[in-house]
Amino acid sequence: MRIPILKLHNYLLISIQIDLDDQTAIQFQEDLLSKIHKSGATGVVIDLTSVEIIDSFIAKVLGDVVTMSDLMGARVVLTGIQPAVAMTLIDLGIHLQDVPTALNLEQGLIKLRQEMED
Amino acid sequence: MDFKSCVHIRQEWDIVGARQLGRDKAKELGFGTVDQARIATAISELARNIYLYAGTGKICFETIEDLEHKGLEIIAKDEGPGIRDISQVMEDGYSTSGGLGAGLPGVKRLMDHFDIISTHGEGTEIRTSKWVR
Repeated sequence: MRIPILKLHNYLLISIQIDLDDQTAIQFQEDLLSKIHKSGATGVVIDLTSVEIIDSFIAKVLGDVVTMSDLMGARVVLTGIQPAVAMTLIDLGIHLQDVPTALNLEQGLIKLRQEMED
Repeated sequence: MDFKSCVHIRQEWDIVGARQLGRDKAKELGFGTVDQARIATAISELARNIYLYAGTGKICFETIEDLEHKGLEIIAKDEGPGIRDISQVMEDGYSTSGGLGAGLPGVKRLMDHFDIISTHGEGTEIRTSKWVR
């Protein structure tokens, strides 16, 4: 399964709407990095509104993709993390401290714009 | 759902199957959305451990009851290499697989009760349960 990546101006937008298995998550990591490379996008929003579970593996893949994109010069914001998912992540002991987040897609885009102006 | 039901873990995709079945069972029993997410996440961690370290095994679900409460017990069983040092794998941040090391101590925090029996060379059985609040 492939997760669609949409391009809008110099942003990439991703909405994850499936229960992520490990293989799909890894594939997404590769797809996003190559799309950043090809498109020259400087900002990425990954919307997780429809994601009902993030376990330690998926959290690692997401955290890694943020760091990897950063290395390439694109800022990533994770948006829409569900209350249940946030609580579960903390129980698991996963804090995703250096990962920029926002309440929703709109706030995510505002955050990216602000960071790029700085 | 008094009978015991199991999901065999043979391939990576079975991790998703196990946590989806577990979430359905948690929902049926009346767990709230946050506890459903906790249970599904715990199953995901246990199933991934089986897949990574033992290759194959199974995750079983059982309804538990006392006078006032209902709950769900998850049994993760494999015949893999076993765990040499249980106290070490129960430490936060310990990982042999390059993961976040949140695995078993994380599962223990997500659930109400956690028991592990592991014999080196014979396999591991983890029983963990949660009560409906």
